Amino acid sequence: MGTKTVNLASTIYTLWLREIKKFQRNRSRLIGSMALPALFLVVLGSGFGSFFRYRSDVSYMQFIGPGVVAMSLLFSSMFGGMSVLWDRQFGFLKEILVAPVSRIGIMAGKTLGTVTTSLVKALVFLIALLAGKLVKADPAGILLAILFMFLISASFVSLGIAFAARMSDPHGFQLIMNFLIMPVFFLSGALFPLDGIPWWLRILTELNPLTYGVDGMRFALGGPYRLAPLWNLVILTGFWVVSTLAGALLFRKMPA
Amino acid sequence: MGGDKGGIASGIISIKGLTKKFGDLTALGNMTLEIEQGELFGLLGPNGAGKTTLISMLSTMLPATSGGATVCGHDVRHEEDAVRQCIGIVFQDPSLDDDLTGEENLDFHGRLYGMDFRTRGSRMAEVLRLVDLEDRRDDLVKTYSGGMRRRLEIARGLMHRPRVLFLDEPTLGLDPQTRRKIWTYIRSLKDSYGMTIILTTHYMDEADQLCSRIAVIDRGEIVALDSPEALKASLGGDVLELDIADPDPVFIEQLKNLEEVDHISSQNGKVALTVKNGESFIPRIFETAQTVGVEITSVSMRKPNLEDVFLKLTGREIRDEGVKEPKERMRIYMWARRR
Repeated sequence: MGTKTVNLASTIYTLWLREIKKFQRNRSRLIGSMALPALFLVVLGSGFGSFFRYRSDVSYMQFIGPGVVAMSLLFSSMFGGMSVLWDRQFGFLKEILVAPVSRIGIMAGKTLGTVTTSLVKALVFLIALLAGKLVKADPAGILLAILFMFLISASFVSLGIAFAARMSDPHGFQLIMNFLIMPVFFLSGALFPLDGIPWWLRILTELNPLTYGVDGMRFALGGPYRLAPLWNLVILTGFWVVSTLAGALLFRKMPA
Repeated sequence: MGGDKGGIASGIISIKGLTKKFGDLTALGNMTLEIEQGELFGLLGPNGAGKTTLISMLSTMLPATSGGATVCGHDVRHEEDAVRQCIGIVFQDPSLDDDLTGEENLDFHGRLYGMDFRTRGSRMAEVLRLVDLEDRRDDLVKTYSGGMRRRLEIARGLMHRPRVLFLDEPTLGLDPQTRRKIWTYIRSLKDSYGMTIILTTHYMDEADQLCSRIAVIDRGEIVALDSPEALKASLGGDVLELDIADPDPVFIEQLKNLEEVDHISSQNGKVALTVKNGESFIPRIFETAQTVGVEITSVSMRKPNLEDVFLKLTGREIRDEGVKEPKERMRIYMWARRR
């Protein structure tokens, strides 16, 4: 009939628009979700910064700057993906699932919407870092950083959707928070350099996809990076593909 | 119309041997039913009778264990999108986005059903007028009362002009005044759109007032299928209700043996019996009471209602299981408000 493609695009747009509207409306939630990364940057940055420098030319605050951007992305993306759980709790998910639209379209729209709002929040941090001269980057570097930010966000939104599709109640949410989001953040090299850490810690950090996102952003923003940026990009893209497939598969199988 | 296939299905909804099992539990057992275009059809039964399960399967939300059904001529299993396009549904539990306005909830729905900007605009105006929510259209849904939410959900279900509208317990947990108002809306839908409406309820008066035909469902099976008038007439005669000071099983037994008594039930000193001719039977009751030595404190007589029909068919009162639910629904609203 030829209307199918139009429908897919319009489904994605509809779901995207909903996320944007809710985002614009809820200022308190916006401020709340930005408070923790800001706290890490300012308090940890100044506190540890007084006795710890990464290198003579890199202060601690400069070191954790990109890590805090990644933290903001990680938290808002995972929570955004898992908001499917809240939609189920409050019944709205049924309204979406009973409509004559494809689940892939629903998932894509939800993902793009959450990625958009997560990027807006993270960009606020990035601009603050640039303004405070905590990172230095040319336009190409900033574009590369945004590419890494997109990959981080899209991966963790899909992961959040995958978890939400497998969970029946929002109480498991706190569990995911404690046993997944926090470890992923702490083991990403966002807060401490990964050179010279114990071997078991090294294994954990190297298994963590966010490590490559943080390192990639450090490179893009003129900070002290470890791996070749292309490596970071390849590994992170791989994670993005895998998590998107997992999210799509589980979301499609999810009972209404 | 169009879309009807080879005349196999005559009704707009055609259910054949539809069965749903959850593990060992049979929620719906081998149900067969035809619903005609333009009917206001009631599914009446207590909670857990299988009404919502049936609606979930007809709306493609739940796969059947065996058997099948067509809606608007489309198979619910293999033509999901075609079925979804032709139905509207108002779920039993709240299903609005509290963080959006009434109008935004409708607009979202219109977009999901592929309606263009102009159509959405005119339909929104139309359905908001129908449910009297024009002046609250720009308010966030979280500020709405329970009745207003329900009305908005009904309006939303109508946005895409479905040929079949499912209303799952549309007045659950609402106050009597709001319920009456919603009944008015439902009647006007049928009159102005000629829509086929399937309504589930465990309120007897609701089914009685609204529906042209009722399927009484108990434990996943249809136990009776007819118009409310015919169902009530099937009991025949009158219902007598007695209050007894000292309940005595012998008295009940004696009444039961009388030829004129169709059906009898007793609970906590209240006895209800169905008899052919109430007026002339009352003296017989007192005679019997005297011989057994039971004191009757009051007698009342009325025409049978659907409650009596249900009691006779299933041996249970429908309210027994229904009473908890309005609270349950309130709890969900409270939840939603707290967020």
